Amino acid sequence: MDVFPIIVVIAFFQLAIIQKPFPDLNQTIFGVFLVVMGLFIFILGLESALFPIGEKMANDFALKGNPWWIIFFGFALGFSTTIAEPALTVIAGKAGGLAAGAGAIENTENSIANFVLGLRFTVAFSVGLAIALGVMRILRGWPLIWFIVGGYTLIVLTTFFAPQEIIGIAYDSGGITTSTITVPLVTALGVGLATSIRGRNPMLDGFGLIALASLSPIIFVLGYGILIYGVSI
Amino acid sequence: MDSGILTTLIEALSGTLLDILPIILVLGFFQAVAIRKVIPHLKQKLIGLGLVVLGLGVFIVGLEQCVFPIGSQMANQLTDLNFLAGYDSARVEALQNSSHIDPGIYLWTYIFAFLIGFSTTLAEPALIAVAYKARDITTGAISAWGLRISVALGVAAGVTLGVYRIVMGNPLHYYIATGYAFLIVQTWFAPKQIIPLAYDSGGVTTSTVTVPLIAALGIGLASNVPGRSPLIDGFGLIAFASLFPMITVMAYAMITEKISERKEIDEPS
Repeated sequence: MDVFPIIVVIAFFQLAIIQKPFPDLNQTIFGVFLVVMGLFIFILGLESALFPIGEKMANDFALKGNPWWIIFFGFALGFSTTIAEPALTVIAGKAGGLAAGAGAIENTENSIANFVLGLRFTVAFSVGLAIALGVMRILRGWPLIWFIVGGYTLIVLTTFFAPQEIIGIAYDSGGITTSTITVPLVTALGVGLATSIRGRNPMLDGFGLIALASLSPIIFVLGYGILIYGVSI
Repeated sequence: MDSGILTTLIEALSGTLLDILPIILVLGFFQAVAIRKVIPHLKQKLIGLGLVVLGLGVFIVGLEQCVFPIGSQMANQLTDLNFLAGYDSARVEALQNSSHIDPGIYLWTYIFAFLIGFSTTLAEPALIAVAYKARDITTGAISAWGLRISVALGVAAGVTLGVYRIVMGNPLHYYIATGYAFLIVQTWFAPKQIIPLAYDSGGVTTSTVTVPLIAALGIGLASNVPGRSPLIDGFGLIAFASLFPMITVMAYAMITEKISERKEIDEPS
């Protein structure tokens, strides 16, 4: 059911618009079977592991009383999951080539590698910071909208000074940092925290961690671009 | 099963394992140092994590068998000038040399972008997870399917507009800044309960299924439309795909609120 629409779209365009038969129909059907199976197994694991683990940890931390542990935990979780994210590695590599082509950094393998590594650390740090800040927000009950409005204002302001080459990458980096395994865990953590702390509402306070984790990389990557390319107006 | 599938399976499994490894390390560290308690039902949870890795691995291999190669090839073919000009070489040349491109000739690309954005989002595992969570918390007031369909519509609209932007060659940040402004105004009128979930849905939508296909579409377009550079114009589709779901999720909540208000007026209980 979840995968059915993709199959319909692909089949329609292949047969009706491009007007070519499927290159290997058996392989395609086998692939559909694997997708359905995989999704089913993933959801089983989600309900039996990722959700309960996130909630249990949130609950234990809340009972412990020391807020710094969980803020630090949020940072570590955000940083470590992002630094290893394959999509980030790919996009950072492209940004490196672009920067070398524009002459912002030397066109040597070494300086490109440094640029890429720096970019990955910047994004990972910003995601860690965002989750830590988001956890603090849940603990204190600050409204999410302050952070959103503040964050967007910062993004728009920074964009004015950022080089053309980094803007597209920066805006995209917000969407790619939160992987399929991180999202359920972080959501369960936020909702678990908001449920464990008296006076917090799981809908109002529990969600929002992912939002911050997709917003802050944009600001930091724009900042990184300004740092490397210099201010451009 | 031939060896090709086995290799991709091993690659996909090691990829998801690499994804989950830092998580396990961080969880283990904090469990041991900060919480200092034995994890209850440890065995069951380890099996569950194993299922997550296995499920995602199989899922990705399946996608690589049936969706990714055909989808990327399709994105490339639909944006090919030869295809657009009906394989008429004189028209291809005219298109290549013209400074102004009629955005209308990309009609099939827009339709493809809309449909592929919609359908890939429905299959996105991270979105399924968040939708389940939201349904459980609101005890069904927010239905999992309602949320998923409104997010999918948002991604579809976003990707379509993003494709139009690549064809026109307008600066990305004009669109995004306008979108943010609209979003902030809409937030004033949206039901308070939905706001954090709506903003979360922006980041959730673009993962395993959506990103590879959308990226292929963006790069295919930017390399085929005359005058565009794949390095500069190819980026930005994901940004659109993360922005629009926030708008549609809030709209969904506003509509369902209106409907339930009207019901209460109609049948006072």
